[in-house]
Amino acid sequence: MSDPLLSLRGVKTDIAQYHILHGVDLDVPRGQVTMLLGRNGAGKTTTLRTIMGLWQPHTGDILLDGDNIARQPPAIIARKGVALVPEDMGIFANLTVEENMTLAAVSGPIDKTRLEWIFAVFPPLRTFWKNPAGNLSGGQKQMLSTARAMIEERRLYLIDEPSKGLAPAIVSTLARALRDLKQAGATILMVEQNFKLAKALGDHAAVMDDGRIIWTGAMAELATDAGLQERLMGLSMEHA
Amino acid sequence: MTAAPDHTPIMQRPPLSVRMQPWIPVLLIPALVITGFIAVGNPTSWLTLTVSGLAMGMMIFVIASGMTLIFGLMDIINFGHGAFISFGAFVGVSVLIALGGLTGVPSLALNLLALLAAVLAAMAVTGAIGWGFERVIVRPVYGAHLKQILVTMGGLIVAEQLIQVIWGPKEIHIARPEMLKGAITILGATLEKYRLVAVVFGAAVFIAMRLVLRHTKIGLIVRAGVENREMVQALGYRIRRVFVGVFIAGSALAGLGGIMWALYQELITAHMGNEIMVLVFIVVIIGGLGSVEGAFIGALLVGLLQNYVAFIEPKAALVSNIALMVAILMWRPQGMSPVIKV
Repeated sequence: MSDPLLSLRGVKTDIAQYHILHGVDLDVPRGQVTMLLGRNGAGKTTTLRTIMGLWQPHTGDILLDGDNIARQPPAIIARKGVALVPEDMGIFANLTVEENMTLAAVSGPIDKTRLEWIFAVFPPLRTFWKNPAGNLSGGQKQMLSTARAMIEERRLYLIDEPSKGLAPAIVSTLARALRDLKQAGATILMVEQNFKLAKALGDHAAVMDDGRIIWTGAMAELATDAGLQERLMGLSMEHA
Repeated sequence: MTAAPDHTPIMQRPPLSVRMQPWIPVLLIPALVITGFIAVGNPTSWLTLTVSGLAMGMMIFVIASGMTLIFGLMDIINFGHGAFISFGAFVGVSVLIALGGLTGVPSLALNLLALLAAVLAAMAVTGAIGWGFERVIVRPVYGAHLKQILVTMGGLIVAEQLIQVIWGPKEIHIARPEMLKGAITILGATLEKYRLVAVVFGAAVFIAMRLVLRHTKIGLIVRAGVENREMVQALGYRIRRVFVGVFIAGSALAGLGGIMWALYQELITAHMGNEIMVLVFIVVIIGGLGSVEGAFIGALLVGLLQNYVAFIEPKAALVSNIALMVAILMWRPQGMSPVIKV
């Protein structure tokens, strides 16, 4: 594995009285896409939220290029170049698409060239630029949520189940956008239940179970080994 | 970069009934005014009552606008908001008394200058008190509603006692600046000058707030924060600083409302803020939590209804606003234009 941009070492996170992460160790290589896989309730979303600072780990280190960001406020982590596309999309329904994007451009005014790229990838955002984001369809909201992360160059993208509940046409639009992002050299840590999408985008995979990483390796290896899939996740990608 | 994927974006035009929904609360105001005209029966009395109702509504709006933002953004139930109203009134009145040389002369410019000084002093002091209140009383109880009610009520009691220590326990009668005394007659209706000024001033505050909230980055952050605090943080904004800023601004607006209310009533007491808070809570609830526009509409409805009903059936005035709240919550349980859904 190449030099990791992000490393988690012994990260343990509790939510109220529940112990969710029991010591996560994970390396996310620079400039590549790492898929975080596992059954429901394995701790994937908690891992992303802990990296983002939305939930605080009680022990462990989260190293972003050597800088320990564990227990730092989310705003500080975001300013260090980490962007989150949450599972619930987190769009501001009463704000227009333009206002959502303006807010995401924390460094200053929106870069017009980058915006044109986003419009090319997600045409509905241009069409509904002045419309309230709450009026968008589910797929368009997911585009907006992803576009918000893409509006500025980030060091690390944390993307949580972008294909959840979306029609195949929208999923393929999102897949193209994420492929563009990958080709531009972005580092992505993505939770995904859609194994076709995971297989198509992922360079690396990390499988979680019961709040721990139980397997890491090349996505290609996991994708072609039905026995391994069965053992790790109780299903086969061949049938996914 | 790849070419744009095939995708034809569509957004179905919602039916007229859906498109009209945001405007229905706005239409309630002319509907109430027309109903008031029919019920009062006398055009001159109706005009006097309407201006009085609008003035009262504007002052309640100024107070409620800060409260609804604090409620919406910070999820704080601040029963201590009334303390800022009282402090604003006492500080502002003290400044007006000190500037008696300016308020007692029949010069509009000098009178307004004194009023401006009183308003700025009231806002500065209540803003500073708000900063301390947030740090000492509110910050330890973020996310704990029951504790918030208890400690902010405690803060209110302490603040009222402090006012009595500083200004004494007796109520203070005040005179309005010379040029704001008396009334003018328009179309046969007697309209108090101060109430007309209050209407204009309240409208100016509403427009200024809308401009800030709609056309500045900080306004954008506040509006987004009311909807989803967590996501605002995840985008890179330190929400705690925004909280403090909004709390200070909300307290300063309450102070502004306090001095406006003091000149409206020409009488101030340490408990005046607490007494107005019933109306402020009604406005915040019927307007919809976190909505400045909703608070504006709600405040005007409350002010107008109270004045009309007090004229037609004085005994019913006390329950009219409670009835209004019940009716609106039966129609829209989240309030007229809620920003946050509960």
